[in-house]
Amino acid sequence: MQSRFFLLLFVMAGLVVAFAPFPVRPIAPQERTFRIEAGQFAYSSSEIKVNPGDTVNIQLVSTDVVHGLYVDGYDISIEADPGQTKTLSFVADKPGSFRFRCNVTCGAMHPFMIGKLSVGKKVWFYRSIGLSIIAIIGFLKFPRRPVLITAH
Amino acid sequence: MELTRLPFLKSALKSRYSQLAVFIVMLVGYIFVILAGLIGTPVGSHNFSIVFVWIAWWAILILVAVPFFGRGWCAVCPIPLPGEWLQRGAVLNPPDKKPRWLNLRWPKFLRNIWLQNISFLLLALFSSVLLTTPNITGIVLAAMLFAAIGLSMIFERRAFCRYLCPVGGFIGLYSQTAPIELRIKDKQVCVVCDGKPCYNGASTVGLDVQRLNPPLSANSNTGYGCPWDVFPGGLTKNTYCGLCMECIRTCPHDNIAINLRPFSADLAKPSTRLDEAFKAFIMLGSAMIYAGVLLGPWGAFKDAAYNVGTSAWFIYATIFLAIIFAILPGFFWLMISLTSRPFAKHPFGAPIGRGVGVRKFASLTTALIPLGLMFWVAFSLSFVLTNATYILASLSDPLGLGWNLFGTANAVWQPMLTSILAPAQTLALVGGLIWSARTAQKAANEVKVSSVPVVIYCFITTLVMLGLLL
Repeated sequence: MQSRFFLLLFVMAGLVVAFAPFPVRPIAPQERTFRIEAGQFAYSSSEIKVNPGDTVNIQLVSTDVVHGLYVDGYDISIEADPGQTKTLSFVADKPGSFRFRCNVTCGAMHPFMIGKLSVGKKVWFYRSIGLSIIAIIGFLKFPRRPVLITAH
Repeated sequence: MELTRLPFLKSALKSRYSQLAVFIVMLVGYIFVILAGLIGTPVGSHNFSIVFVWIAWWAILILVAVPFFGRGWCAVCPIPLPGEWLQRGAVLNPPDKKPRWLNLRWPKFLRNIWLQNISFLLLALFSSVLLTTPNITGIVLAAMLFAAIGLSMIFERRAFCRYLCPVGGFIGLYSQTAPIELRIKDKQVCVVCDGKPCYNGASTVGLDVQRLNPPLSANSNTGYGCPWDVFPGGLTKNTYCGLCMECIRTCPHDNIAINLRPFSADLAKPSTRLDEAFKAFIMLGSAMIYAGVLLGPWGAFKDAAYNVGTSAWFIYATIFLAIIFAILPGFFWLMISLTSRPFAKHPFGAPIGRGVGVRKFASLTTALIPLGLMFWVAFSLSFVLTNATYILASLSDPLGLGWNLFGTANAVWQPMLTSILAPAQTLALVGGLIWSARTAQKAANEVKVSSVPVVIYCFITTLVMLGLLL
């Protein structure tokens, strides 16, 4: 009976961690500009951090061949010819961690030309940690009963 | 639940013709992939070989085939076929009693999966080139085909599949988690069975089913011995059964069944083999390294992994091998040896020793099998969903010759389902952690130590993977 109660408790805790709104400290939106140089097969600023609501301007400069920049989750992109600068502007209204990647075939490692955009907290990362901790506490608190060895 | 009780399934599995039809399609596809790699467009993301092998096939393998069908891929893999046909001197018939080629036994000291560990690592170290360069993919696939043929000429049965295939090694490891198995129905039938035709082949042991009473399976006369060098009567886990279905056809007593079972049933009895333990570390470590190098934002790592032969690549290779052979297993050993304590007593009252021997170490690594599988699922989700739209373009123009067979040659690249990617990866990784913790508890019970250090190890590695992917 007691173990069922604790199981229910762990499941409830897991649901809260997985789906409850993530607590965020309100920060006044700003306009942020990033200059990113793209060359085979990396972005010079490969990790960008902004706050939710910020207006983001990404100035993409290609240093060798034609490169692009596509932001997962936001589904927006730009392309820049060699030596040119193109600007992508958007409001970062979706919190979380997103990859941005080259969307113009630029060479062998093109599919892996990737950067990271963090908008506020990495929500799913923290949720995952919370869920993992709950799972581990559950296992440590209620270990599988060992098979007892008995002498006959 | 015995699936072979279903008449249509049983007749399909017993029929050589239905299997041959699948094999021919697969073999033609395999040869076409090799050709596409060698003569198709050099642009990897538009080449049929790259797109179909490393996106489509890989997605099917790691997201569906291995978790749900175990060695289901091995059952239809075309790589051993030409060699096996040459070895037997026939496509459908069993071999003559007299071997056509050298027919040697595989050397005893190599009867383990160390060669498969090495072959996988070789591919893994060159994976950035392999995954992106069509002619390298074509050459590697052709080399695997010719290696399988060569080994079939020298050694008996499917030596390549059993001991050398870089893919077969990890499929075998993870097939233990699958909810499907091939097993005998009644052990006693195998014990008294004359000549063990399922292992030796019906023609080799001179079995004539017409003379047996009661009359037995009519197919048995045409059956041949297990190509995977496994005696089905001794099967206790999926690792080395290639699901070729030959024993189902050969068994004169109809004593072989395909069963549905709970997930990871094989892991209840942990393996004590070090080669299998290191396979678990190789797979776990490779998934983590790939997540960091291929999907991470660090361009220097990608450069190092791609520029084979440079000093950066040698540093990358050294770190790769150090993580797999020293850091991951060393940390695992440290965890279980520092905190290992017995919770049970020997039947005669003596406490069980504190030391962590090879047996305990290998047994406890069983917990890393579901964890590694789910690491690969999480990694592959990201890679596959991002690049799946390349499949449409390469289907219409597989050789890059300007064709537009299905009107999709100009399909625009677009990542798929990116909004559900993070939740799906969370589900896979946290689910894998729970699955591993459960497996760790079973394995720890078997070797009579605490499961806590293994669970904590799984937790820490999961955190690292979460950090790399999310």
